[in-house]
Amino acid sequence: MPIPCSSCEKKLAVLKRPKTGHSLCKDCFFWAFEEETHQTITSAKLFHQGETVGIGASGGKDSTVLAHVLKVLNERYHYGLNLILLSVDEGITGYRDDSLETVKRNQQQYDLPLKIVSYEELYGWTMDQIVKKVGLKNNCTFCGVFRRQALDRGAMMLRVDKVCTGHNADDIAETVLMNFLRGDIARLRRCTAITTGSEGAIPRCKPLKYAYEKEIVLYAYFKKLDYFSTECVYSPNAYRGYARAFLKDLESIRPSAIMAVIHSGENLSVKEDVKMPVQGTCGRCGYISSQGLCKACVLLEGLNRGLPKLGIGKHHKLHSRLLRDQPLTEREEKKLKSVDF
Amino acid sequence: LNTVYGLHLGYFTGGAELLFNGTKEQHVKLPSQSEQWDVRQLLVWIKTNLLKERPELFIQGDTVRPGILVLINEADWELMGQLDYKLEDRDNIVFISTLHGG
Ligand SMILES: [Zn+2]
Ligand SMILES: [Zn+2]
Ligand SMILES: [Zn+2]
Repeated sequence: MPIPCSSCEKKLAVLKRPKTGHSLCKDCFFWAFEEETHQTITSAKLFHQGETVGIGASGGKDSTVLAHVLKVLNERYHYGLNLILLSVDEGITGYRDDSLETVKRNQQQYDLPLKIVSYEELYGWTMDQIVKKVGLKNNCTFCGVFRRQALDRGAMMLRVDKVCTGHNADDIAETVLMNFLRGDIARLRRCTAITTGSEGAIPRCKPLKYAYEKEIVLYAYFKKLDYFSTECVYSPNAYRGYARAFLKDLESIRPSAIMAVIHSGENLSVKEDVKMPVQGTCGRCGYISSQGLCKACVLLEGLNRGLPKLGIGKHHKLHSRLLRDQPLTEREEKKLKSVDF
Repeated sequence: LNTVYGLHLGYFTGGAELLFNGTKEQHVKLPSQSEQWDVRQLLVWIKTNLLKERPELFIQGDTVRPGILVLINEADWELMGQLDYKLEDRDNIVFISTLHGG
């Protein structure tokens, strides 16, 4: 039976909050959700007056809720931010159409400017053109690397001060677990940070870091926000899928598991003698890279030279020559040319 | 007690809609039975009557797969007794998948 809201004690509760166990009515829930996001923003000092902030907008639930809440808080608390929706068009026929349409509607609904940057502008290649060159078997290497950089490159192109993304608590817990399972200590250390990449690159932040997925979905549902579900048409990551399902199982027994995993990730200390890759920058584009050339630039170089295999596998020895635009030997070229479809 | 239940079922976002052949909502009639229907029985009925492919994406054991939210008359089913909730005629049950896309 419906029970009264534990906050206002007047209206009927519509949800049980996973974080606190409180039963809240719609209005008390909206308020609590927005205020907690405001708390996250102010206590981590995510923004400063007058900044231009790009909101990574995919048309999905998380970024749609993020855009909505930031718009609300920017007005309620006079952040003085210049908010822009920032979308990436990978150039995959039929795939992004619906989600880009959703972002375009969001632009009107929230009255925020929208910039769509295409892979064509960023890399000179659309994803469809890349697939033609490298075959379906190898495209996910490109897909992942290019996507990771696209938002940053788009943000640099548009000269925004900061980019924020809709990553929620469940996403972050999942990433902690994934990095743990992969033994990726460097990423394990970085992945819980609320802001990353302030050196040189454009800072990225996650204002919904402590928001549960359940609350994001219900916020969108009860506010009737317009969003679209997207999934990579190519390969959904099976390993990540297991990690996600495992966390969801834990969460259904004890919702605090999500916060506990994030907490563990945040407070992990790494032994002094654990070797960390040196964080440098790419000699060509300036993006963070532990090699002379970042992965995206190596992949691009391969595409542009007609050697699509260059970016698949390890070819670090060639970086210095690629950087100086020097030709490769015939033997090296031969090895990098053939691609099995 | 022999009431026929007419229910409104809704499915939201990605996965869940695909499971139900792209249907976003539908009205269903549950056959009459001697005792009152509850959500546990409804899930079994959905599994045998509505789910054509890969029911494991929707149901695990006797409940919904973790990550699928259930609303009963626009309220979180966790407030309503979950599987034990006794259905009433013209109830509105909505399933929302949180498992896809950000
Ligand atoms: Zn209330
Ligand atoms: Zn992919
Ligand atoms: Zn680069």
